[in-house]
Amino acid sequence: MPNIKIPSPLRYYTGGQAEAEVQGETVAAALDDFIARFPDLRQHLFNGQGELRPFVNLFLNSEDVRHLQGLDTPLQPGDRLMIVPSVALTRPS
Amino acid sequence: MTIAISAEVLRQIHAHGEQAYPEEGAGLLLGRRAGGRKQVVQILGLANTREDGSRRNRYLLSPQDYLWGEEQAEQSGLEVLGVFHSHPDHPNLPSEYDLEWAWPSFFYVITSLRAGQAIDSRAWLLADDRSGFEEEPIEVYQAQP
Repeated sequence: MPNIKIPSPLRYYTGGQAEAEVQGETVAAALDDFIARFPDLRQHLFNGQGELRPFVNLFLNSEDVRHLQGLDTPLQPGDRLMIVPSVALTRPS
Repeated sequence: MTIAISAEVLRQIHAHGEQAYPEEGAGLLLGRRAGGRKQVVQILGLANTREDGSRRNRYLLSPQDYLWGEEQAEQSGLEVLGVFHSHPDHPNLPSEYDLEWAWPSFFYVITSLRAGQAIDSRAWLLADDRSGFEEEPIEVYQAQP
């Protein structure tokens, strides 16, 4: 089974778990399985249109899935999918 | 959830903002959970990866920088508790943009600077429903020698 590495800001929703084994043959399917187990994470990972929020990055074995096949990227048993934050900040105008 | 920052780390956060002035300065807050509070024991200043003309008021920490920060934290038995950044010549209030990009359970410590001098820091936490930020008081403690 693929494995998802969970960044520290999301561990509040996973009971402190830093990793989770998931089922799915694509990145999208693995994320669906992950969200089914931790449904409160959906609003933080996806916007109201069901699109991945822009500050959520997914790395498959250290490669950004945007440079692969995005959410359709196939997964193999033993693959490691990392959820990695971008952090953007600005001061009020 | 209370955020506790040692007086020395808070001084480092202020110094980081002053060095970056008039641009924003930012980085990660590293620490540990202890009971009902999060204790910041170290900061990691990170470079602004934004290349365009908005560096003075916008900051972008890349996923690679975040990964590096999380590795540093884990090697020290710590975790990434949040982000600090400075607001040169502006109040230490989060912006709508900060809200849009905010991570849950992360503390956002914002320091206001006036004429290059750090004035004050405040801590903010994203509401569970992402409707806004809630201020959390900063408990400043003296580090054990």
